[in-house]
Amino acid sequence: MTRRILPGFRLSLGITLVYAAIIILLPLAALIFKAASLGPADYWRIVSSERAVASYGVTVGSALVATLFNLVFGLALAWVLVRYRFPGRRIVDALVDLPFALPTAVAGISLTTLFASNGWFGSALGEIGIKVAYTPLGIMVAMAFTSLPFIVRTVQPVLEELDPALEEAGQTLGSSDWSIFRRVILPLLTPALLAGTSLAFARSLGEFGAIIFIAGNQPFSTEITALLAFIRLEEYDYPASAAIASVMLFAAFVMLAVTNYLQARALRYTVKG
Amino acid sequence: MSQSTSGRRPPRVGDAPLFKYALIGAVLLLVLFFVVAPMAVIGLEAFSRGVPFFLETIAAPDTRHAIWLTVMTALIAVPINTIFGVAAAWAITKHDFRGKRLLTILIEIPFSVSPVVAGVAYLFVYGLQGIFGPTLDSAGLKILFALPGIVLASMFVTAPFVARELIPLMQAQGRDLEEAATSLGASGLRTFLSVTLPNIKWAMLYGVVLCNARVMGEFGAVSIVSGNIRGQTNTLPLHIELLYQDYNAVGAFAAASMLAALALVTLVAKVLLERQGAGRRNRPATLAGNTSEKIS
Repeated sequence: MTRRILPGFRLSLGITLVYAAIIILLPLAALIFKAASLGPADYWRIVSSERAVASYGVTVGSALVATLFNLVFGLALAWVLVRYRFPGRRIVDALVDLPFALPTAVAGISLTTLFASNGWFGSALGEIGIKVAYTPLGIMVAMAFTSLPFIVRTVQPVLEELDPALEEAGQTLGSSDWSIFRRVILPLLTPALLAGTSLAFARSLGEFGAIIFIAGNQPFSTEITALLAFIRLEEYDYPASAAIASVMLFAAFVMLAVTNYLQARALRYTVKG
Repeated sequence: MSQSTSGRRPPRVGDAPLFKYALIGAVLLLVLFFVVAPMAVIGLEAFSRGVPFFLETIAAPDTRHAIWLTVMTALIAVPINTIFGVAAAWAITKHDFRGKRLLTILIEIPFSVSPVVAGVAYLFVYGLQGIFGPTLDSAGLKILFALPGIVLASMFVTAPFVARELIPLMQAQGRDLEEAATSLGASGLRTFLSVTLPNIKWAMLYGVVLCNARVMGEFGAVSIVSGNIRGQTNTLPLHIELLYQDYNAVGAFAAASMLAALALVTLVAKVLLERQGAGRRNRPATLAGNTSEKIS
């Protein structure tokens, strides 16, 4: 251990620890404490109730579809932004972050208006028999919108760092573009893609603002878990709300661990040695 | 861009014109439908009953109060989170101590926790059924369903923003300059102000801009701790919901257009700051995960 040279250690660590304890740890501990006070039997009854389980299904299922959509779309978007030069590229590059910057409630009412049966997209889709707003499809649209930047922004730097020589080698050996992409490029992108995917998925699991406007919020079909926790609060059923929120918290911790692991792997390919 | 810039490089994968333009077209179309259209709808709906109605909505007392509350929240939460972010980055990158990795992960937790969960959690600290609630209530202090609760919840959801921008940057910059300044006799404050701060100011500002946008737009966490009292604890995003539920869609979009404008300003600021070298343009994104991998 080297001797401490720079000043400010106690002060900066002190501020950090006090803040983290009060703002981050205390509320999470209070939530777990409240959920734990239920006792195992009651806790299990609440978190495994039919309505709760249905909400997990809606949330996880929609998040999976939205993430898959973003996996394809996000990769294509990153590819186009890195590889090609075309007018408006910089604007598109900046617009990718819009779902981050746009408040979720604003995104929610805007997407609902677009996809409602009398909206621009809703009326067109209605003619071919597809209903988006107030169906599970609406939840997927909202989730895909809010988590779009994650995959683009994780893949983009890796794509930029990709060594052209690798592709050249493949071309010299007579491989087709598709086989070079599949065998050389995709494996190199995979860690970043996985990291971005898990970020997008985690965000989708927790999203609330954008979804509740477009979802229709019908128990058992379009009710997400976050909304159920919210409804239990409004019914003054605080223990049930704590229990459901604790399940979401647990899922968040699992996703955090997965993301960390994948990001550590992704970094190995991006940090130049 | 690390691609070779020499004039005659061999075509790379996906450079066949047909494929290239098809892919650009497809992506542009999706961006148009998925990103541009929602923005266009906000603008069109907001003014669909004309400018006077728009102005009337903005000037309504409830809306004005929501704007005031939103700005107040940001004015309190953002500076505190900035101080926290700088302190955390200083402690983590300029010093070695046990538990550093753990602390880095702890700071990033709010990013993976749903805002609704954060709101519920705060209820069990300061609510009447929470740890401190009864005591605070008997002392006549109001945290929940008032400004302090809204500020606290906003601070939780944006806690990592500034630290996340600073930690990788300060890690890369190392400690040499600060150590030189200190060994030449500069005080800690002097070292920070004239050596560290100039090197991190753009990244710090970048974090502040993103943090501010999120604080002003936060919905899930705030909607739980605010109690949704019309004209009293409604921030702008909550006010939008209220108008929307009242079937006043035009009013909701008028209020939303202000937040959409804030989002556009944020994007412009982001692009400008990225030109100054801030942001994660050329380094791996660490949107929710921790940056501990770079900390050995």
